[in-house]
Amino acid sequence: MGLLDKHKFIETNATILLVGSLLVVSIGGIVEIAPLFYLENTIEDVEGMRPYSPLELTGRDIYVREGCYVCHSQMIRPMRDEVERYGHYSLAAESQYDHPFQWGSKRTGPDLARVGGRYSDEWHVDHLTDPQSVVPESVMPKYGFLTDTMIEPEYIDDLLKAHKMVGVPYTDEMIEAASDDFLAQADPDSDYDALLERYPNAQVRNFDNEPGISEMDALIAYMQMLGTLVDFSTFTPDASR
Amino acid sequence: MSKKQDKTEVETTGHSWDGIEEYNNPLPRWWLWTFYLCIVWAIGYSIAYPAWPLVKGATTGLLGYSTRAEVAKDIQTFDEMNAAIDAELAAANVADILPNTPLGDYATNAGAAVFRANCSQCHGSGAAGNVGYPNLLDNDWLWGGSVDEIAYSIQHGIRNETDDARYSEMPRFGVDEILEPEQIDQVVEFVLQLSGSEFDAALATEGAVVFEENCAACHAEDGTGDRDFGAPNLADAIWLYGGDRETIHESVSEARFGVMPAWGQRLTQAEVNAAAVYVHTRGGGE
Repeated sequence: MGLLDKHKFIETNATILLVGSLLVVSIGGIVEIAPLFYLENTIEDVEGMRPYSPLELTGRDIYVREGCYVCHSQMIRPMRDEVERYGHYSLAAESQYDHPFQWGSKRTGPDLARVGGRYSDEWHVDHLTDPQSVVPESVMPKYGFLTDTMIEPEYIDDLLKAHKMVGVPYTDEMIEAASDDFLAQADPDSDYDALLERYPNAQVRNFDNEPGISEMDALIAYMQMLGTLVDFSTFTPDASR
Repeated sequence: MSKKQDKTEVETTGHSWDGIEEYNNPLPRWWLWTFYLCIVWAIGYSIAYPAWPLVKGATTGLLGYSTRAEVAKDIQTFDEMNAAIDAELAAANVADILPNTPLGDYATNAGAAVFRANCSQCHGSGAAGNVGYPNLLDNDWLWGGSVDEIAYSIQHGIRNETDDARYSEMPRFGVDEILEPEQIDQVVEFVLQLSGSEFDAALATEGAVVFEENCAACHAEDGTGDRDFGAPNLADAIWLYGGDRETIHESVSEARFGVMPAWGQRLTQAEVNAAAVYVHTRGGGE
């Protein structure tokens, strides 16, 4: 009497059937998922990746809230046509501080993984306010209300702490200075040296060219950073991926 | 169950559920063999290609396949095919690239592809521009419409943060209170007069003085502009932001600061030259 002959016993005891099913399904999951946590070549080391600055992180939240990922991916696949159009293919390291990641599974609009620096801030304001005014063939909805929604760094340290809990290496200093950094990044007249020390290559500007910090500022700060952090002059692709 | 099936002598599985039994029909042989073949194929496949996770990394597979190597090879193949003409294009003085030569034709086609991927979002897919983003089809150029000047604009961009970018900044005459509100109203009427629109003659006469004192240094006394400063010609009917009274008022009061990225950072020299040749052939090239 092997295990195969016990099927009647298993099938007539719901709890045992449930536990057995769970065991079988878990094996599949463990085999596929667990190696990603320990394999050394899952995420390569690259120069330049850093956690997002408080303003960028806020912009990222707006990006997620508005469902931008529904139409825009942030994942340039290693294929010639994509590399020619969007730039260097995306690396796992470039989304290592994304919780959740924004790879996306559908492109109604173009990929945004390297949109940073591609257009002027003014273009982003024009385009988000009325996409058809600059790209007549676009089907994107209007997001002009972002300019009118002013934001304060009220919960910014909580936001950084939450990301720290899931593994983003925000230091205590970063969390303490979050509110100041948030305000400094949107104000070119502020003293932003400390911000740049904490977040190298952060761009400091009044992004929407309107007084105060609106959701538009945060979203543009996030988008102008996308894909610009990794220094590809120091990057040698490892063929083991 | 039909009568016909009852008569066959198929064994049951032996399971009985409330008196209901289940026939144990064998699977069709072709199906079964296809199934076994798939298993064998999968084993071979996982040996030939990267598959099994080990302690440090996954097995690399006997064929040594890598998506990254594949794309690098793919790009290299095409780069090599175009290497000679790309080198010629990159090294050429853009002004010497003539249409209807092999190099000119290649540059125009390659430039069209560069334009569609990178420039059309602002300047429009047909290069006719948009409000705030110059039309590249007409003869009105802010910084110069010769192919060299176009190439420079593409390479270094306009008012961006790079050192060699074309740069100029119009003062915010209203916001920074350089001019009195009534002076702005006057100069707006004068600009309307310059461009041949309807204007208020009394205000425009006053405006001419304001214009000469504040605007003529960049826009020239006759309002025809100065390409050294990217100062637009105000004496024609072509407007970047709009030529109605309210828009001109806004332009004088708040000033404009159109930015173009330095594409030399993103594109190769050959691509920049190609885009310049393409834009130059759109109709407005000088």
